[in-house]
Amino acid sequence: MKLAVVVQRYGADINGGAELHARYVAEHLSRHAEVEVLTTRARDYVTWRDEYPAATEQINGVPVRRFPVDHERDVGVFGRWSEHVFGHHHSYLDELKWLDAEGPRSTALLSHVRSAHAAYDYVFFFSYRYYHAYHGVRAMPSRAILVPTAERDEAIGLAISPRIFRGVRALMYNSPEERRLIQAVSNNHDVPGVVVGIGSAIPDRPQAERFRQKYGITGRFALYVGRIDQNKGCKELFSFFLNGLEALPRGLQLVLIGKEMLPIPKHPRVRHLGFLDDQDKFDALAAADLLLMPSYYESLSMVALEAWALGTPVLANGKCEVLRGQCIRSKAGLYYETQAEFIETLRAIAESRGLNAAFGANGRQFFQRHYSWPVIEQKYLDMLHRLKEEDGKGRTWGMEPEPGFLARRRRILRPAVDVVSELPSGPVLN
Amino acid sequence: MADFNIRTDAVDVEQIMRQIRARIQEKRGVDYTEQQIQELANVKLERFLDPKGVRSDLVGQFKQARDRKLEPFQPEQYGFDATMLYGSHRGLIRLFRKLLNPFLKLLFNPNPLIQVLHKQTEINALYEKQFYLLREKSQQRDDVDVLYYELVHNLVLELTRVGIENRNLKMRLESLSSRMDFDERRGRALEGVVQFRPGTGPAREPVRQPARAFNPPVTPTPRPVAVPSQPVAVSPSVAVSPPAAVSQPAAQSASSQAADAPQLPPGTGTGTDDQSGESGTVRRRRRRRRGRRGGRGRTPGEMSAGGTPTEIGSSGDSPTPPHGDPTAGAAFEHDDAGPEMEADSGSGEDEGPEPSKQ
Repeated sequence: MKLAVVVQRYGADINGGAELHARYVAEHLSRHAEVEVLTTRARDYVTWRDEYPAATEQINGVPVRRFPVDHERDVGVFGRWSEHVFGHHHSYLDELKWLDAEGPRSTALLSHVRSAHAAYDYVFFFSYRYYHAYHGVRAMPSRAILVPTAERDEAIGLAISPRIFRGVRALMYNSPEERRLIQAVSNNHDVPGVVVGIGSAIPDRPQAERFRQKYGITGRFALYVGRIDQNKGCKELFSFFLNGLEALPRGLQLVLIGKEMLPIPKHPRVRHLGFLDDQDKFDALAAADLLLMPSYYESLSMVALEAWALGTPVLANGKCEVLRGQCIRSKAGLYYETQAEFIETLRAIAESRGLNAAFGANGRQFFQRHYSWPVIEQKYLDMLHRLKEEDGKGRTWGMEPEPGFLARRRRILRPAVDVVSELPSGPVLN
Repeated sequence: MADFNIRTDAVDVEQIMRQIRARIQEKRGVDYTEQQIQELANVKLERFLDPKGVRSDLVGQFKQARDRKLEPFQPEQYGFDATMLYGSHRGLIRLFRKLLNPFLKLLFNPNPLIQVLHKQTEINALYEKQFYLLREKSQQRDDVDVLYYELVHNLVLELTRVGIENRNLKMRLESLSSRMDFDERRGRALEGVVQFRPGTGPAREPVRQPARAFNPPVTPTPRPVAVPSQPVAVSPSVAVSPPAAVSQPAAQSASSQAADAPQLPPGTGTGTDDQSGESGTVRRRRRRRRGRRGGRGRTPGEMSAGGTPTEIGSSGDSPTPPHGDPTAGAAFEHDDAGPEMEADSGSGEDEGPEPSKQ
């Protein structure tokens, strides 16, 4: 079986959620099938500027073929289109223009997908909201398997998305909340889909003490791993932590790991270690009392899964339904929405040894049961076998056509925010 | 923080969250969200309570709007008769119409038509007048409504202000009341802790039993021998003041204090005779009178103006005890010195003006 993975960026040094997800899937599926990665030469997710060489290369044993991006993203234009389609009545054509402005538009990549689609049995497209996924899926719907990595943001409320959710061969969801969201917006219950998520390369013996000695951290600490960005809820996290210092457990520090995109407050109990390699990251996760996940929007938090795999409880932002659902289902973490809840939940995890130990044990169990690599690989393979069997029955698949010349220009589409506000929310508990 | 002793398989995150939220609600009362708190915090009361927004000429405006006279209505007057049907400003046409008028009347009778149209003209004038009146009344009503709205708005603002002021005054009243209670208790405590040496005040006039909580030790501690090189029995400020440097009034005061200390041996710089020549009872009465007149006593600066070095170390030099804690004053008195020192301090405070009299 020959598979392809199409993703907006790809590289060993790229740690974005969907991109890392795609790399892990490609590397693990390459043990069971012939896998090729089709991607752009972009490294920066803001500009999509061509930075990688055009040549085909091997990354961890997987061939990667790169294609140039037609144009870099104009942030101003993209912002204006986003404001228009998210907040005003608009047309289908406006949404296509928004998609073009978002990018990464790579005509060469799409031409290759169209011309060589017969060479692949199935093609995994990552991140529904990007240009390559929309047009790539439309080019070969009968072989397209979409890993949507959808979040509850405005993009899910656009009218271009439901068509591809209904038209692909299969969907690999990250969480039950994501599946409910997509099914609610597109009514694609008949499309094969499974909640898979992603595993992680958890070390057998993380060295917590080594991390403490290396960075001179003594005492208890709460850890944040990820991009230190306002969109990730870090501003609120700083505010909650510093405002509640007096009520928090004595000596508890906040340790930050990741690239700084937001000014970090100068305080003796806030430490920023910068970007660390995987070994240090896992050691830090093992050494931490708890992991903080302040993000509002997540389709799946890999670092939360890694923390659970290492027996570290998670304190998540309750406004993110995915994280909240994961905490409830895993029985391995708490969530907060207000300053008071932040303090009390943090104290509960940090000060109650019984609760901390129970969360740790539950987290390990949850990860092993749902997110260990054998489980993930098996879910992917089961889906491929199922599709193969359906192909043998001779059924044809097709995508709904786009609206006609006049229909796509009619400004009859509602603002995306209005659509999103009507979608079901809250964690999925069953 | 209560410990959560939960079995691993029995962890219910939602249940824990409910417990945590219930605990927060107990602590904070109404469980506002952060957004609600921010909204409440951002509301500026002054914006609603700005007295500049209240117009001073509102009453005049009311009167003006109410008394506004309606202008007399002059509807457009136009009559309707036969001349209007056949008339024209062109003479030739008017002539032809007049010549052909019999022929027209031969064909139909225009008189009923003329009468009806005339009637309709009158009806139109009547309605026009009525509409005019209604419109004017409505306009007048609108003007008054605007003023009523402003009046109600101002009333609400004033009521809010009055409510807030009322609450502030209540709080101030409570504060003053509690402060007065504290002062009364403190006064009683101070009166109760005044001790007299055996054979002076208490022998002639029985002292009221002070409150139990503020009762200092009644056992008379032997006063240490006041050797000038070992002034440990007095406060440090007294100890560092050499007798030779003491001013005249201070020396007199010191000598009067020494009169109350018969244990002191002669030659320590303090005499044993009472220079004022008054008994302890008289002094005590005067002290009570001054206490009633003087309120809470003097400030440290005023006391040092009295000139007695011992006043520096007396209770009057102490910081004011914490408001609302009646025991604080008593504790202070106990900590400051023993019963004998209380007598000294009391006499020093009340007898401050004495040297000026002498």
